[in-house]
Formats: sequence, structure tokens, C-alpha cells
Amino acid sequence: MKKIGIFAAAAVVSLSFVQTASAEDVTLKGVQERGYVQCGVSTGLPGFSNPDEKGNWIGMDVDVCRAVAAATLGGASKVKYTPLTAKERFTALQSGEIDILSRNTTWTQTRDTSLGLNFAGVNYYDGQGFMVTKTLGVKSALELDGAAVCIQAGTTTELNLSDYFRENNMKYQPVVFDTSDQTVKGFESGRCDILTSDASQLYALRIKLENPDGAIVLPEIISKEPLGPVVRQGDDQWFNIVKWSMNALINAEEMGLTSANVDEMKGGDIPAVRRFVGLDGPKGKGLGLSDDWAYNIVKQVGNYGEVFDRNVGAGSALNIERGVNALWSKGGFMYAPPMR
Amino acid sequence: MPENNKHSANSKPSFWNDPEKRSILFQILMVGAVILFILYIINNTMHNLETRGISTGFGFLSQNAGFDILLTLIPFDATYSFGRTFVVGLLNTLLVSFLGVICATILGFMLGIARLSHNWLIRKVATVYVEIFRNIPLLLQIFFWYFAVLQLLPSPKQSIELGGGTYLNVRGLYVPEPIAESGFGWVAIAFFASLIASVFLVRWAKKRLDETGNFFPAYWASLGLVVGVCLVTFLLAGSPMTLEYPELKGFNFQGGISIIPELSALLLALTIYTAAFIAEIVRSGIEAVDHGQTEAASALGLPRSRTLRLIVIPQAMRVVIPPLTSQYLNLIKNSSLATAIGYPDLVSVFAGTTLNQTGQAIEVIAMTMAVYLSISLLVSMFMNWYNKRMALVER
Repeated sequence: MKKIGIFAAAAVVSLSFVQTASAEDVTLKGVQERGYVQCGVSTGLPGFSNPDEKGNWIGMDVDVCRAVAAATLGGASKVKYTPLTAKERFTALQSGEIDILSRNTTWTQTRDTSLGLNFAGVNYYDGQGFMVTKTLGVKSALELDGAAVCIQAGTTTELNLSDYFRENNMKYQPVVFDTSDQTVKGFESGRCDILTSDASQLYALRIKLENPDGAIVLPEIISKEPLGPVVRQGDDQWFNIVKWSMNALINAEEMGLTSANVDEMKGGDIPAVRRFVGLDGPKGKGLGLSDDWAYNIVKQVGNYGEVFDRNVGAGSALNIERGVNALWSKGGFMYAPPMR
Repeated sequence: MPENNKHSANSKPSFWNDPEKRSILFQILMVGAVILFILYIINNTMHNLETRGISTGFGFLSQNAGFDILLTLIPFDATYSFGRTFVVGLLNTLLVSFLGVICATILGFMLGIARLSHNWLIRKVATVYVEIFRNIPLLLQIFFWYFAVLQLLPSPKQSIELGGGTYLNVRGLYVPEPIAESGFGWVAIAFFASLIASVFLVRWAKKRLDETGNFFPAYWASLGLVVGVCLVTFLLAGSPMTLEYPELKGFNFQGGISIIPELSALLLALTIYTAAFIAEIVRSGIEAVDHGQTEAASALGLPRSRTLRLIVIPQAMRVVIPPLTSQYLNLIKNSSLATAIGYPDLVSVFAGTTLNQTGQAIEVIAMTMAVYLSISLLVSMFMNWYNKRMALVER
């Protein structure tokens, strides 16, 4: 016992000289050494991150991780997914358990500035809405005075809800659950009158209900919820990789590059496409990646439009319209800086 | 050389060979090492948090919380601070722990005694209870009560009416709230006066029993005294109390007292689970009392109920209290499972929502751990004091 004391003391002294490793530029190296990207996703949200019947993760947020894996490792499947609740997500990223948090996370000032994290862009522009059962006979959110509301813990939703009811001088009873599954259960059993969340999630959760037609989403959208992937602050190289992986998805759609035609168009002589696939222009050097990084993304994941349609749009059960998530040239917000 | 040895054996031994001094030195070294280690960890954490741009400190406690809480024992809304959410969560934890300890103790004692009953059926039922509830994980039991029982209750519009203005539905149990009017003070005064009178009555009965051997049922008499006096005063003062009945308005029942299902489910699960352990502790305590004691009591002509109350239980308590303390501590710590069903306890509100909205994990978790540690130490201190009072005083 006594000897252990001496060893402990010696260990402390020697430990004090160990410099803490700098956070700079370690993520890409770690990913390449490991051979896979560690990606934090939700515990199951159809359309965004949800395991399919074979157990493979699919969704908008999953495709961001797949794009990053395609860019950094050349293989979109080289991702290890970690399902996280809303409460756990930031700590998991801060502590280095994951490399990217891609979990329908709203970009806010506090989160961007005081958690030691950076938002790398927006992959879905959302807003908070309300879902009620049809039998309630409610047409507008302003008729909800005195209602019990099911919410998921640790979300911006909790704050917006409180603001909205206070602004409109209405009272409510917040029933806060840990996971979206429990929230849905609470709503189904009648514990709450309303389920509130980002509108996209409401559509996603609605198809999880036993009787999806028995519930309606109210027209009011009470907040701005720009959702996007998050990385740790201080590693600019990794931040750039995630940011430009997203830009590549959007630019590809704008150029008309799809997973089906990218091989064919690669050989053409459109200058922007030649720069995109890494035959000309900045290539992959500045990002520390191979020159065909953007080609890999489009080839293996598709462009933003394909990702949207497949997961939440016309090609999915959610059937959400592009709306503000259309390209800027088609009246939406999706706009990526040029790749040159 | 032999001379030298002899010399040192007679005088003081050298520093290294004196076990007392050596042990002091090592203890100082050990404490120093622990302190250094802690300082290193704190320093390292602060340094890393700073380089990663994560804000630190307790300044967040005075910021606006911006969210609401389902159950608050003190006034709270979104305009109060994060510090207030800490107090609200703490009080909710204390509420469920306090109720849980009381209910589990009562149920546990009843079951423990039932385990030793001469009635075959009662004995077996108690055994089956203990074996079932002791061996199912608590979290599953909480889920069972919440999702499988309480969530199957009807909606507010189809509430089950339990009579007397009491309603039960999926949103909880709604009971009428007694509201005191002017003149109710008299009833309170009568209550305390009769309580003091009962204390004297009990003392008098004990003295008489010691002196004359005549027994007087002082406890039953006191109960009658308190209830009777309060009732008479209440009627004389003109029934100064009204009941506020819960009423279905809009989406929910308004008015009255509402007991949310999250609290009921958690309390049920904690009580039923812990009572199974307490029952076993009580049974072992009673069995630890020598059978000769019971025989001696019946030889003296004491009835069974008084043998249990005067001879067996006081002696069993000495065996029961120490393990009972750990069950209480377990119950308090287990109450943090509340977060699984959305009961707004300290872990759910403070280490959950507040942590997430502020992102200050280290401060929040440290405060939460400190709270559980303090509550547990206080409970142990109290139980140790009680144990000392109950322990056998050897003469």
C-alpha cells in the first residue's frame, strides 16, 4: 500500500510533463489511421438517421457522414454510427467519441460559440411545428391554451415552445421524454394533446404512429431550425472537409451531376465539372484529400437532390416537398460557394 | 560492529527503522500524492476546456432558463434562472425520495411480518411478492407501471370517476383541494393542544402501568382524543373549509390537486421494489431475536400482539436499522431513474435539460453528484444517530 503511494506520486510528477496533444489537424489523421469515420446520429428518426430493415443506417444526416467518408477514405460505407439522444450528443462530440455530429441539430449562437463546437453548414432548413390528433378538432396552434405537450429533452424545441406560449399568453404542461420513441408513445397514449418538434421530424414521427391518418400537423411554424453537421472547434482541416463535402453535394446538383451520370460527364469538357472531379482547379490538395474526393461523393452518395428525394422527398414515405430546401436557382436556400 | 548494534538497540532507532515515524512519513507522502493528482486533473481539465473553446464557470446559473418544468414545488416559469431549475429538480427528487422511503418502510414491515405469519396463505403470498419484485430490474418495473399500466388509462374526457370529485385518467389523478377559510386557525390550535394532551396521557399511562400494573390503551385513547377534539372544533367554528373540485375545462382538468402519472409510476415502482428488500431485512431481524424471548413473554401471559410490539420488534430493530439505512440510500439514488419516464427530478431537469441548454457538463454533473452525496451522507448520519439510540446499552 505504501509503495503504491510512492509510485502514484512519481506517476503524477511524470504526468505533469506530458503536454496535452493539440487539437489541430488530428481528426483526419485519426480517421485515416482507423479506416472509418465515427458519426453521431439520432436514436432513430425516419428520413434523417434510422436503421433500415437490414440494420443499415439511412437518412439525410447519415448521407452527410457517408459523403465525408467517401471524400476522406474513398468509401461511403466506412462509417461507424453512434446513436445518441439529444442530451448526449454534444458531450459525445466534445469528448472525441465521434468525429462528426450529424443528428438533426439546430444551429444556434450558444451551441456554436460556447460549446467548443463549429457548425459546418446546413443540410436541412426546418422550423418547429405542432402535431395533434384529429379528434381534438384544433385548427390552429393558438387554440392550444392549457394543453399538455410532449417534447424531447435537451432540444431547442423546449425553449421555442416556452417562448411561443408565453408570447401568446397561453399555458401548457410540458411532458419531457429522453428519446423520440418515448415522446411518440406519450403522444399516442394520450398523455399529451400535442407533440411538438421540428416539422420534418413531425412528418417522420407521424409515420411511426399506429394510425398516421389520425394525426395532423398544424400549419404554424414557430421557429427557424437550420439543421446541420457539427464538428469540434480547433481542427480547421476537418471543419473544411465537412463543409466542402456538403458544398460538393449541393454543387453537384446545380451542375446536374448525379451518381448515374458522373462517370459519363467526367470525360466531357465542361470546365466546372472538370474542376469538380479533380482534373483541373484546386483538386484535393488544400483539404488534404485525394483529387477525386468530390467525384467519390457524387458517385457513391449522389447529389443533394438525390439525397433529399431518397430520404425525405418524393422517393420516400415522408414525401416532404423541397420548399426552402430547393436550390437557390429554384427559389430555395441551398447555395454553395463555387469550387474553383 | 556488535558493539554498534547493541548501542543502537538501546538508544532511539534511526528514522527509517522507527515504524511510527515511517508510517507518518508515508501517510504524508500519500496525502500529498492524492492532492497533487487532484490538482493535476483539475488543471488539465481547465486547460483542455480553454483550448477547446468550451466556456467554464458557474455564471450560467444566473442566466434565464427559458424552458418550463412539469412539476414544481416552488414558483417557476421560463423567466427564472438555471440556478432555480437546480432547486426545482432537487425538491422533486426529495419529494419522491421522502414519499418512497415512508411507503416502502410501511409496506416492507407489513410484508416482513407477513413472511413469518402462521397463516400459510399470507406467508406464501409474501414470499412470492418478495421473490418477484426483488428479482426484476427496477427500470423495467418503472416502465411497466408507466407505459403498461398508467398510460392505458382513458383520456381526460373519459375519466374514471372515483367518487367525491376524484378523477383518474391518463394525465393523472385529480382530487379536490381543501381550501382553509377564516376560522380554520381554531382547528389548528385544537390539533396542537390535543396533541400535547396526548403526550401527557401516554406518560401517565406508562407511569400507572409501572406502578400498578394496570394497562390503559393510551395510544388508541390519544388518537380518539385528537380526532374528536379537532372534529368538534371544526363543527363549532362553522366548518371553515371548502373543497375546490377539479373540473374538465378545455384539454385538461383544472383546479384541485393533480398527481401526475410520472410521479405515481416512479413512486409505485420505488416503493414496491424497495419494500421487497425491506421485508427480507425485517424478517431476518425478527428471526434474529431468540425464540426464548417470545416464550418468556407468553409465559408471563402477554398477548401475541403485545409480545411483537414490546419484546420482539425493539430487539429486532437493532439488527434491522443498519441494512435499512442502505436500502434508504439505494431508494434515493434509484430515484434518478425518473429521467426515463420524464418525471422532472434533479437528473432529468438539471443534469438533463439544463446541461444540454448550457453545455456545461462538468459543472452540472459535479453539482448533481455533490447533491446525491450530501443527501446520502445526511441520511446515513441520521440513521447512525437513530441506530445508536436503539442499540443495546450494555450495563
